[in-house]
Amino acid sequence: MTTPFLEAVALACERDWRLLFDGLDLRLEPGDMLQVAGPNGSGKTSLLRLLCGLMQPTAGQVLLKGASLQAQRGELARNLLWIGHAAGIKGLLTAEENLAWLCALHQPASHEAIWQALASVGLRGFEDVPCHTLSAGQQRRVGLARLYLSPPPLWILDEPFTALDKHGVAQLEAHLAQHCEAGGMVVLTTHHSLAQMPSGYRELDLGQRAA
Amino acid sequence: MSNVFTLLLARESRLLFRRPAELANPLVFFAIVIALFPLAVGPESQLLQSISPGLVWVAALLAVLLSLDGLFRSDFEDGSLEQWVVSPHPLPLLVLAKVLAHWAFSGLALVLLAPLLGLMLGLPLRTLPVLLLSLLLGTPILSLLGAVGAALTVGLKRGGLLLALLILPLYIPVLILGSGALQAALQGLPAAGHLLWLASLTALAVTLTPFAIAAGLRISVGE
Repeated sequence: MTTPFLEAVALACERDWRLLFDGLDLRLEPGDMLQVAGPNGSGKTSLLRLLCGLMQPTAGQVLLKGASLQAQRGELARNLLWIGHAAGIKGLLTAEENLAWLCALHQPASHEAIWQALASVGLRGFEDVPCHTLSAGQQRRVGLARLYLSPPPLWILDEPFTALDKHGVAQLEAHLAQHCEAGGMVVLTTHHSLAQMPSGYRELDLGQRAA
Repeated sequence: MSNVFTLLLARESRLLFRRPAELANPLVFFAIVIALFPLAVGPESQLLQSISPGLVWVAALLAVLLSLDGLFRSDFEDGSLEQWVVSPHPLPLLVLAKVLAHWAFSGLALVLLAPLLGLMLGLPLRTLPVLLLSLLLGTPILSLLGAVGAALTVGLKRGGLLLALLILPLYIPVLILGSGALQAALQGLPAAGHLLWLASLTALAVTLTPFAIAAGLRISVGE
């Protein structure tokens, strides 16, 4: 059996003395898309944060290419694009400044590429506008523009469809599917059912596991 | 690597300048506290002069502490800290840039304002270089140590008072050395000893606290 890109072994998570899930195993290989589903408070976000190394599991471990996550933070950082519930967008900075900083931090990109990415998410003409004047959906788009900038293979997205309009949702779904078909990996949480699924699509329902 | 450091400095400065009230508040606080003392203890120049070293330093310390409460708060709330933690760059380097930018616009401004307030308290002109130098060496320590507390309390709803309780005891050596230097200068004694001790503490703080701040942020983000 080949070593999967990202693997969780007997993962358990406890928040405030409450066990969210335990004995959770999952494997992620190029081309896979994993939708984490479940009711509110079932530990979807916690699972995503465990996979990113932002949180430590109560038991079990997360392996990246067969080795423990803790030992190779740098390796994970180079392969991971994480967009949390809050995407790290500063209201006082313009869309372009926000994106330029996030790129400098994660994936160097040229000035032209940043403008191109903002245009791809439908923010042409809003590049120089401070983000606090943008709508919630537009702010979400600024964060999502990173997905259009020569991104790393593994995307972990927490509720990426929040506040997006119909057209935005369809466009993002297509982009995620395309990324998976090209050998990328996506782990996401969302409450709506995806209309476009790549061949490597799977669903993990945390609510059913607990039941 | 150093590129990210300078970019972060530029970003933080830009953020601070777009919200100038946050920059001005600690400075105004510093000036008002010092202006209140002559009103409270009376305008006798002898008395004021003898308490001024301690007074300037306690006021500076409280002003820095006041400005630190929100240091990481907005970054925590809008998810920026998560992005820092998952980035390939070393977190201690990023937090050092953040704290330095913060110090350059609050601590340094406080240092520049201090001679004026020193004159208000009747400090003789010859002591002003020591006042400037001691604050210049001391305020970075206050900012860096305070940032350790700010990193640990950022996830709490009302971390302000807890921050003060955690950090004020750690400020004692800086307070003793800083006001000691000024006291020595006031009595016509050499202040070099105190200042050198302060300088070594600054070097220690710049090299070690970024690791503590980074560890504190990892804990806060991981909660």
